[in-house]
Amino acid sequence: MKKLINRVPGRTARWILGVLPFVLCLVLYLAASNARLAENENDKLLPSFSSFAGAIERMAFTPDKRSGNYLLWQDTASSLWRLSLGLGLSALLALVIGILNGAIPYMRAPLSPFITAISLIPPMAILPILFIVFGLGELAKVMLIVIGIAPFLIRDVQQRALEIPAEQLIKAQTLGANTWQIIVRVLFPQIMPRLLASVRLSLGAAWLFLIAAEAIAATEGLGYRIFLVRRYLAMDVILPYVVWITLLAFLLDYVLRKISRMCYPWFHAQIQTAEN
Amino acid sequence: MALIEIRNLWKEYGQQVVLEQLNKTVGEGEFITIVGASGCGKTTFLKMLLGTESVSRGQLLLDGKPLPGEPGPERGIVFQRYSVFPHLSVLGNVMLSLELEKSPLLGRLFGGARKTAEKLAKEMIDAVGLGQAMHKYPHELSGGMQQRLALAQSLIKRPRILLLDEPFGALDPGIRADMHQLVLSLWQEHKLTVFMITHDIKEGFYLGTRLWVFDKCRFDPQAPNAYGAQITYDLPVGQTDGHLLKKSPPRAAEKVPPPLPDKYRRNLWNQVFTNIPCPARVIGLCVCGVGFV
Ligand SMILES: Nc1ncnc2c1ncn2[C@@H]1O[C@H](COP(=O)(O)OP(=O)(O)OP(=O)(O)O)[C@@H](O)[C@H]1O
Ligand SMILES: [Mg+2]
Repeated sequence: MKKLINRVPGRTARWILGVLPFVLCLVLYLAASNARLAENENDKLLPSFSSFAGAIERMAFTPDKRSGNYLLWQDTASSLWRLSLGLGLSALLALVIGILNGAIPYMRAPLSPFITAISLIPPMAILPILFIVFGLGELAKVMLIVIGIAPFLIRDVQQRALEIPAEQLIKAQTLGANTWQIIVRVLFPQIMPRLLASVRLSLGAAWLFLIAAEAIAATEGLGYRIFLVRRYLAMDVILPYVVWITLLAFLLDYVLRKISRMCYPWFHAQIQTAEN
Repeated sequence: MALIEIRNLWKEYGQQVVLEQLNKTVGEGEFITIVGASGCGKTTFLKMLLGTESVSRGQLLLDGKPLPGEPGPERGIVFQRYSVFPHLSVLGNVMLSLELEKSPLLGRLFGGARKTAEKLAKEMIDAVGLGQAMHKYPHELSGGMQQRLALAQSLIKRPRILLLDEPFGALDPGIRADMHQLVLSLWQEHKLTVFMITHDIKEGFYLGTRLWVFDKCRFDPQAPNAYGAQITYDLPVGQTDGHLLKKSPPRAAEKVPPPLPDKYRRNLWNQVFTNIPCPARVIGLCVCGVGFV
């Protein structure tokens, strides 16, 4: 009998084990829901699967009576738009400021402490300021995401840029590169996959800030909808929305990982050799 | 005129004197191999030539003018590792300096200009025997292939001076012999001046036209940092492989003593082993060098 740490599940076993917790949760939910519904068939806390189906049918495949829109898709579109705008803007800021900070000591000296200070401000605490300054429109919500994750991304990119071996920067200079060329040919391409990795890590925070902003001031969006129907205790809508958001977050993460693997194979091969 | 002049050069880190009173002149086309105990300041010396370490006292002159205080294209370098760019293929790595030269803004070439650069780079890659690996990335290359790539990458820029810091330390003896041939032929072809640090004293004898031994001559047990290393030996050495020299003599052939006959060379070995002020240390060094082989 091998030691426990040396026993590795096979492919099928791994798959089954991976699905198991999900199935367990479902079964538990079904049991609890059935028990509650048997006691009181109007119970709203743990709706049955048929009421989920009804809610999904209503939200996704029937036009809204008032606006004529398909609400789920409309909410999804506006949330994803805000999210990608916030993420994209943050990534761009991180790329520019982070690389400049990492490459040029005279940029780093004034900016690095400042950005560290900014990153320590709790973004939710200045949400009211954002609404006052940027109004209740799209901009405030996007800005909340940016203020929430950009400082983290900038600091991370700066750190990664500083971690690139000095030998490479020296080598580039002996090959005739000036500062700008070192940035575009040595630092930028090596930072990109690392930036993608930290964007993936910040996805959770980005969703958090998005939903918080939507909950407070919006007229559509996944977060807005959840907080709206909460008033009617509509668990049959809230739970499918939560599952949908989770699925979207997972897909986004997956796509970013695929892009990184496709565009920067040398980076992932390097990591693998380092791990072995 | 001398290419590099070292005038009463000192290097100190705080209280610690690393190098003291270096006085040497190096002509164009010389191949200088540097040996010395670990931690005696060989890399520090190379870094001063490279321009990444400052000179504490004295002067380091290139063509009679103080050496630029930052790395530049006239001085190529191959480090022990991290010398090639992991995000570029073999071709990309070698082409990089051509692209940087011709395209100041993007650092990239397109179309016809790219074709020309590719052709030049491919010749260089073939010269170091990496033709089969043209489109591979560094992580797909062995250690020896990476060092050959680093050499090709530096040499395509046609530096006047090539600095090598234990470039073959991590390679096995067979590959090392190949690399020796490669370095010698590139040295002659490109009329380089080479400074090469090695822990392998045999390699030092074999490759160099001059062998420098760095060692501390003064030592105070009460203050081990008070004195630095000097160049205690500056030996004219010839190449074991005389035919290489005969084929195409280096430009500085007049200044370089002709290849020494075998008997004499053995005498030089004895010299290093016996006739020195602090023999124990140097013997230790030689043993360490031989151990490396
Ligand atoms: N940046 C630094 N700050 C302080 N001391 C340093 C620094 N760099 C090197 N030294 C010291 O200078 C001395 C010489 O170092 P150096 O790296 O030149 O040795 P070396 O001859 O190349 O050794 P090795 O053969 O092991 O590579 C060492 O004692 C080292 O501790
Ligand atoms: Mg060293």
